[in-house]
Amino acid sequence: MSLPSGIIRATLAKDLRLEWRSKDAINSMLFFALLVVVIFSFSFDPLAEESRRIAGGLIWVAFLFAAVTALNQTWTRELRNQVLDAYRVSPAPANSLFLAKAFGNFIFVSVLEALMTPLFIIFYNLRSIGPVWELIPVAALGTWALVVNGTFFAAMSLHTRSREIMLPLLLFPISIPALLAMVNATTNILTGEDSARFWIVLLATYDVVFTIASLLLFELVLDAE
Amino acid sequence: MNPYLCAAYVATWTIHITYLGILARRYARLRREIQELKKRD
Amino acid sequence: MKRAFPILAILTVLLLSYGLHGALISAPTEQTMGDVQRIFYYHVPSAWTAFLLFFINFVASIQYLVRPNDRADRIAKWIAGVVSIGACIAAVVIRPIPYGMEPSAVATTGIAITGIYFVVRKYFSEQGTDVLALVAAEVGVVFCTVVLVTGPIWARPVWGIWWAPGDIRLTSTLVLWLIYVSYLILRRFSNSSQTAGLAAALAIFGALDVPLVYFSIWFFRTQHPQPVIGGGGSIDPRMLHWLLINWLAFLCFAALVCWSRYRLEILQRQVEEAQALEALLEPRS
Repeated sequence: MSLPSGIIRATLAKDLRLEWRSKDAINSMLFFALLVVVIFSFSFDPLAEESRRIAGGLIWVAFLFAAVTALNQTWTRELRNQVLDAYRVSPAPANSLFLAKAFGNFIFVSVLEALMTPLFIIFYNLRSIGPVWELIPVAALGTWALVVNGTFFAAMSLHTRSREIMLPLLLFPISIPALLAMVNATTNILTGEDSARFWIVLLATYDVVFTIASLLLFELVLDAE
Repeated sequence: MNPYLCAAYVATWTIHITYLGILARRYARLRREIQELKKRD
Repeated sequence: MKRAFPILAILTVLLLSYGLHGALISAPTEQTMGDVQRIFYYHVPSAWTAFLLFFINFVASIQYLVRPNDRADRIAKWIAGVVSIGACIAAVVIRPIPYGMEPSAVATTGIAITGIYFVVRKYFSEQGTDVLALVAAEVGVVFCTVVLVTGPIWARPVWGIWWAPGDIRLTSTLVLWLIYVSYLILRRFSNSSQTAGLAAALAIFGALDVPLVYFSIWFFRTQHPQPVIGGGGSIDPRMLHWLLINWLAFLCFAALVCWSRYRLEILQRQVEEAQALEALLEPRS
């Protein structure tokens, strides 16, 4: 299986290199992420005890909006210069392109989350009562859940009018169980009141199901005109 | 009759009749377009 | 075939009137909730009809994707067949069935799933399955809207609240409604020639999501106890009788509406084709 993974690595490296050189997408997303945290801190007044209860929801909604801005520009770069057509004609399997895009988005969104989290901790004076290390699988699985479906629906919305609004319209309903799991797991860990284990298992199941579904159906979306 | 009961039944039929009305309007528009196509033929 | 439509229409009107009379007058009054409980005779059949329609959309979407490919088509047929055999075996062998389901209901549901799959396969062409998917989704959303409107109207007098986030049935229905509204929006906003395929993919994503939605809300409820709108438990047989009559009435009504919508869609596509052809043949000015 060296060829597909080689393609994945090459495409991913290309995307990362382009992003690093231009930095336009990353910079605007970073600023957007900062703005979101600040706006939330003005809208939801954080007192120490309550903040642990609502922080889970606030953080993930903020991550969701930041992720959407990142996902929206996933494929637009490929539309310029007919790069997408080149992919369609090439013998490379569609899945490799999808995985490369998804991994790239995962890295971008994780960077955003890594930058937003300390801001949230500062603004909301957060301190976790439960096991903090459990937040890592929650963050990883949750981010993948948003990114895998987001990349798929971003490709779908290429073929629609109002491209930018179409992505969240398609993504949000399908992501509701994952969102519920992410928010509740984070809240349980922060407040230390309940185990996050079921939610982590649910997130893992969600990720497996939708990764497989996306891989199976992506060729259909790529080939559509 | 209980006001909530009444509201629920009225709401149900309002929704269904609204949808049927939308369908009827689309039928009418289609019929007009068919007439236009026939005229031009 | 054309004569069946007015006959079905008359039957539907009769059943709906009979069911309405039964729901409001003949059915016994519930002890704890009183007259408000009669909303149930419209709320529950609408929910069952909506779920059935969404399931038909799922079957039609799968068929649309699977039919061009012979091997996938055969695999799908086998899976559909296995579902009913598996359901019957499960109904006989697994005792007691979890979640208080009746064995006869499990077997019937399994056979119904297979039946629906093969009926759609036999009577709908490839383009037909696409139109069927669209029609089932649209009418399903209408019925689902009824469920989401009557649910809170029922909850308010009974529990004092319009909405309980942990109410698994109403919340799952809301998510289903959202998924299918996004499906309809995708269909309308798509400017691809492969809209049908994209929509079918979305329908499959939605169907995969449904059990996950159900489990996530179920677990949420165990951690945050909530009032259950609609209640569970056994039901008075006279009430069940009127419930089923109203369900039959709404099924006939749904069939009528779907049939009309189907004919409208076919006609619309023909008109669009004719208009496109005309535009092509127009002499350049």
